[in-house]
Amino acid sequence: MPARRRFLLALIATVTTVLLPVVRGCALDSDLVLAQAAPPARIVSLVPSVTELLFAIGAGPQVVGVSSYDHEPPAVEKLPRVGALVDPDLERLLALRPDLVVTYHSQSDLEQQLARAGVGTFAYAHGGIKELFTSIGQVGAMSGHPKEAAALASSLEGKLAAVRARSSGKPRPRVLLVFGREPLSLRGLYASGGIGFLHDLVEIAGGEDVFSDITRESVQATAEMVLARRPDVILEIRADPVEPALVSQEVAVWNALASVPAVRNHRVIFLTGSELVTPGPRIGTAAERIFAAINQ
Amino acid sequence: MTAVASAALSMSPPVRRRLVVGVASFGALLIVSCLVAPLVGSTSISLRRALDPALPFADNVDAQIFFIARLPRVLAAVVVGASLAAAGVVFQALLRNPLATPFTLGVSAGASLGAMLAVTSGVALAIGGVSAVPLASFAGSLAAVAVVYALASARHRGFSTSVMLLAGVTMNAFFSALILFVQYFADATQTLRTIRWLMGDLDIASYAPLLASLPLLCLALLVFAWLPRSLNLLSLGRDQAEARGVDVVRAQRLAFFSASLATGAAVSLGGPIGFIGIIVPHLVRLLVGSDHRVVLPCALLFGGAFLVACDLIARTVLAPIELPVGIVTAVIGGPFFLWLLVRRAGGRP
Repeated sequence: MPARRRFLLALIATVTTVLLPVVRGCALDSDLVLAQAAPPARIVSLVPSVTELLFAIGAGPQVVGVSSYDHEPPAVEKLPRVGALVDPDLERLLALRPDLVVTYHSQSDLEQQLARAGVGTFAYAHGGIKELFTSIGQVGAMSGHPKEAAALASSLEGKLAAVRARSSGKPRPRVLLVFGREPLSLRGLYASGGIGFLHDLVEIAGGEDVFSDITRESVQATAEMVLARRPDVILEIRADPVEPALVSQEVAVWNALASVPAVRNHRVIFLTGSELVTPGPRIGTAAERIFAAINQ
Repeated sequence: MTAVASAALSMSPPVRRRLVVGVASFGALLIVSCLVAPLVGSTSISLRRALDPALPFADNVDAQIFFIARLPRVLAAVVVGASLAAAGVVFQALLRNPLATPFTLGVSAGASLGAMLAVTSGVALAIGGVSAVPLASFAGSLAAVAVVYALASARHRGFSTSVMLLAGVTMNAFFSALILFVQYFADATQTLRTIRWLMGDLDIASYAPLLASLPLLCLALLVFAWLPRSLNLLSLGRDQAEARGVDVVRAQRLAFFSASLATGAAVSLGGPIGFIGIIVPHLVRLLVGSDHRVVLPCALLFGGAFLVACDLIARTVLAPIELPVGIVTAVIGGPFFLWLLVRRAGGRP
């Protein structure tokens, strides 16, 4: 009977759609356990800061592929690139036969695809300095270098503590940390908010972040916000080098906001370097540079 | 101005009365919004202190907030809102389509593509205090206008608005695809900035971009002053307009170029702020009738007042964080437009 046949077909369809993923899921879980049992020999990292961490703890030889944005340490320049956050290339990724892929937390689709292919993943959660230390521990454990990771963590903790010690007792200038804006204009100003590793670095270096009350990693600041918050120091950071002639032009753009103490006292400072924007093993250097800039 | 004066003289008394009442009311609204908006913001300032001549300007925070942060912003809102609303009226009459907006013919998509390229290339350039993004955006709008015009006049004797509409809509889609292409290959920070630009931003933080756009807008406004009678006749249809002595092709060209110029200048100043170009003309028509001699000046004034109010909401409602003004115009404009649509449909079964 057609009605009965339809019912039967529907039943089969339901059973397969409901049960298949469960069965497959069981298989995946065991794969993951297997992947975790021995340290991975072939790691692909889509996250530049984790790539740096892997190299810093001696797991560099295990890294066989990196993201399109990886440039540190210089050894990564020779490695194959497999896309990044929005454009991971699954084919090239699988062709590298990885046994572990480092992804961003938001790349859940990619994680599922890799899981289906039997490849384990490590999801990196971006955050502040505290989260960085958690990541260091996790990266050490998953790559089979827990001791080196612990050593890196304590060395970084030592560096940060040294910067904190140098800045304690000094007056805490109000700092506006700008990490992007339209060239030669004060439009489209992006600044560090009250959370995240840039905010943490400013606080460690002895500054008081002018946007510490805004619980966001980045704040789109307007001219009014800058005028009203009256920073003592404006710190502009860029990952890539900027020509000295252009730096002086960019600093001069701030002269439009003459009542801001940082502008009046010529304390608009440009810092360039990828360590300033990467929450990784070079944050000790980043903290020292920000401390030096705030106190110069 | 003589065109305006003679147009006013040739009006029938009811139309003239509507013009006077409309311009007076919308003008008053614009003035009130311009007086209130610079006094309100995320920070409270004292107007007395801001205007105190005894304090040096460089040390006077209130004066700096008033004159550097707020006043250019309010003026930019007036200029952008008025231009987009008036351009919307002109495009709706030109294309004889109530759903036409200043962005229908790809002018803003061209402007956006220019801005995206400037943002992603990171070029550091400023001419007369105007930075690369607005410059590239205006250049992009000009390129889009040129392409659409060339297509609309290529295979026709004169000018075909139906070809122009199709060419414009296609160019819009084409530029949007190029925008996505540029965004896809940009890095995360640049992508964020391009997306932010598309939401509209009036925090121009100096008078230079405003002054640079003024000559273009004045030129567009001069042509707008000449247009209303032709637009009235054009909305009756090409033949009717020709029979009543309108040089149709010339009027269409002038309408297209002036409205495109106003749109290009407005978008390069404040980004592609949506909904103003469609809801303001319709609302004004609902209140003052459909005579373009009344609608155009009223839409101009109300567009300015509306955007000033939307920007005031954008910068205060979530203070200290700001909302992009394009979100406010769409959130207010979208439901309002739907209400208008349903109401009008209900009124005319």
